[in-house]
Amino acid sequence: MIDVVERPQLDAGLHALESEAIYVIREVFGQFERPIILFSGGKDSIVLAHLAARAFAPARLPFRLLHIDTGHNFEETLTYRDRFAEEIRADVVVRKVQDLIDAGRLAEEPGPHPSRNGLQTVTLLEALGELRADAALGGARRDEEKARAKERFFSHRDRHGQWDPKAQRPELWNLFNGRKHSGEHFRVFPLSNWTELDIWRYIAAREIPMPSLYFSHRRPVIRRQGVLYADTPFTYPLPGETVEELDVRFRTIGDATCTGAVESRARTIEEVIVELGLTRVTERNTRGDDKRSEAAMEDRKRQGYF
Amino acid sequence: MIAPPLAHEVLRISTAGSVDDGKSTLIGRLLYDSKAIPDDQYEAIQRVSDGAEINLALLTDGLRAEREQQITIDVAYRYFSTDKRRFIIADTPGHAQYTRNMVTGASTADLAIILVDARNGILNQSKRHAVIAGLLRVPRVVVAVNKMDLVDFDEGVFRRIEEEFRAFASPLGVAHLDFIPISALRGDNVVDRSGSMPWYDGPSVLEFLESVPVEGLSSDGAFRLPVQCVIRPNQDFRGFAGRVASGSLRVGEEIEVARTGLRSRVTSVLSADGSSSVGLAGDSVVVTLADEIDVSRGDLLFRPAERVEVTTAFEATVCWMGEQPLQVGKSYVLAHGTSEAPAVVRRVVYRLDVETLDREVSAGLALNEIGRVEISASRPLFFDLYGQNRSTGSLILIDPATNVPVAAGMVTRTHLSSSSVSASSGAVVLLSGFEPEVLEQVEDLVSASGHRTVLLSPASFEAQGLDFGLALRVGRLFASSGTVVLVADPFGVLGDSEGGLRVSAGEVGDALGVFRLVQGALSA
Repeated sequence: MIDVVERPQLDAGLHALESEAIYVIREVFGQFERPIILFSGGKDSIVLAHLAARAFAPARLPFRLLHIDTGHNFEETLTYRDRFAEEIRADVVVRKVQDLIDAGRLAEEPGPHPSRNGLQTVTLLEALGELRADAALGGARRDEEKARAKERFFSHRDRHGQWDPKAQRPELWNLFNGRKHSGEHFRVFPLSNWTELDIWRYIAAREIPMPSLYFSHRRPVIRRQGVLYADTPFTYPLPGETVEELDVRFRTIGDATCTGAVESRARTIEEVIVELGLTRVTERNTRGDDKRSEAAMEDRKRQGYF
Repeated sequence: MIAPPLAHEVLRISTAGSVDDGKSTLIGRLLYDSKAIPDDQYEAIQRVSDGAEINLALLTDGLRAEREQQITIDVAYRYFSTDKRRFIIADTPGHAQYTRNMVTGASTADLAIILVDARNGILNQSKRHAVIAGLLRVPRVVVAVNKMDLVDFDEGVFRRIEEEFRAFASPLGVAHLDFIPISALRGDNVVDRSGSMPWYDGPSVLEFLESVPVEGLSSDGAFRLPVQCVIRPNQDFRGFAGRVASGSLRVGEEIEVARTGLRSRVTSVLSADGSSSVGLAGDSVVVTLADEIDVSRGDLLFRPAERVEVTTAFEATVCWMGEQPLQVGKSYVLAHGTSEAPAVVRRVVYRLDVETLDREVSAGLALNEIGRVEISASRPLFFDLYGQNRSTGSLILIDPATNVPVAAGMVTRTHLSSSSVSASSGAVVLLSGFEPEVLEQVEDLVSASGHRTVLLSPASFEAQGLDFGLALRVGRLFASSGTVVLVADPFGVLGDSEGGLRVSAGEVGDALGVFRLVQGALSA
């Protein structure tokens, strides 16, 4: 009697996306000297790091994870980060926006609920320089936003970390060109062709444990310009605003000042997938940082944002 | 247990169209009507669309400069899926100066959609798109004849465009060509079939995309694995990681390393979930071997029976993408598979006028020009002809000063100095009474269809001191090793006793006719 172990089978589409992502990750290993993985604790970077670990199995993941800590974290994110890194046997490097503020090299935005989005970019570029990283792998997907729809898998950054969308290098077949001058670096996006639904279906198929924030929980929130913000020390009610108790989950996880929640009763991965199948709003709609202008994402990316 | 092969559910589409022929509107329609546009995106474009009509182009033209100039600058990727399939659209701009983007989109496409404005007929832009789809070997091209509402849904207009387009496209090597009359703005034949064109009984664009066979990666072809890196966790394990470019590999099979000629037996093929079974085309795998042989990044693994071309000098069709024109003799970096090598362009064989298909003498190639060139690399490279394998037959040239890719290349012919023998079938074909230009066209058609080809003309073999008889014997030698040998017999002096396929200008008028006969003889 043969004992047959049932493995969760990926469907053809997910299988192709997984193979493509692993191919890109291995190209990074083959072409660069000091690649790192940008790890936010959000679902895309979790899937990216998970794929990277698979790409080199049974050997150990040859890249470190870099977390740019804005100081405005959800506690769950930090707990999850450390446990996840331990599971995939990866080293985490943390660089804090707060450290640069304390050193007087960065100044907080004026006004209530300052966003540390811009400061995060400075911290990131400094960290890449300090670690002499020549490639930074990110979990960005082209379906997220219009400017990201134009992004390459291997995306060149000049010596100031800047992106020039009008002078992007052509990328043909599966020939990824990582050649660069010293001081320049690449952002690499192995999940370019994935959609939000693909990410969740992959998480389900590969049984990847996720931070609890992604699932429905009761939480005090503040409704502001159509976005539900968690009531935290960094996002508190302004005069005239009230705090409501709602069943919510987060579709994206980042800095608490710009990450909104959605009302949801989805408590499991499967329920999240069902919910996404019905939803008619993109996940970036819960991001306050994208609502600043029509080209907000492009402008931030040019400066070196994720 | 061996897992069953997984079907391909993803159809990769490239779109191309001239300015204002409604390409973005078509994509917007497909996305919106298949409910792939989320409400907030739709509301966002409503906010910035001026006028009553919603500008669906704003969905894909995301960059600030694109919206300011109201043109598409860069390839944009869009995703949608239906119950039947998922789709990736590479939306490429139609401006002449952005040909390189069109080539980029076509390089990975299973299918190209070309937009034609029914009022204007086939513009040079549309021809350019068809030529690029043909050169890049996009397996299927569908021509959407748009704005049918503006020509009163007239069948005659549609049929004239179809006829003209087929005539132009026939020598391009497009395997499958289809036509659909639509109105992207009104939605006729985009998702649902239109009631306005009862004379058309074919599928809507979406129905077509959902049902058309995907011919992208093939697990049936010769096995090719470009090695990306070596995985070595400890002394007991040495695996070679890569993505299967074509064919499939199973445990127990013998493989050869192209660079060294060393062979070994496969002991495991590990997929991404760590199971050992079989590697199919498109799969990222780790392969372990029975023997400790030298394998590293840039090497290519293949089965000894399915030879790969090992060559330093070859011909390729290139699309020039550099701001600086091609310079013969300048050193470029050639990237191919997972390897790189310094290379020079020895000569421009011809420049192709992509609107008339005329071949022009040229010393170089400028931005967006396409031509046939001879390339020499500083060390042997491992190729298949592009007509046989889009993955192992493609290359890019990179300017070492700027690190920017300046050319996309498709290998059309490897030289006879090649150390290897192709597995494809060879033949000797006697061509009597044809003009030299026709002979060259035949040679290119046969070569482009994936056969190693050589044309022997009296001028070429007499220069070597050979007569007809001797040239024929040499030709048969090459034919036996897989080459198609075209022997020009301008005056019809060779008798039937010489054997081989004989075609004379009296029977077949043009190069395409000859090519079809040769194809028939080879597949017989």
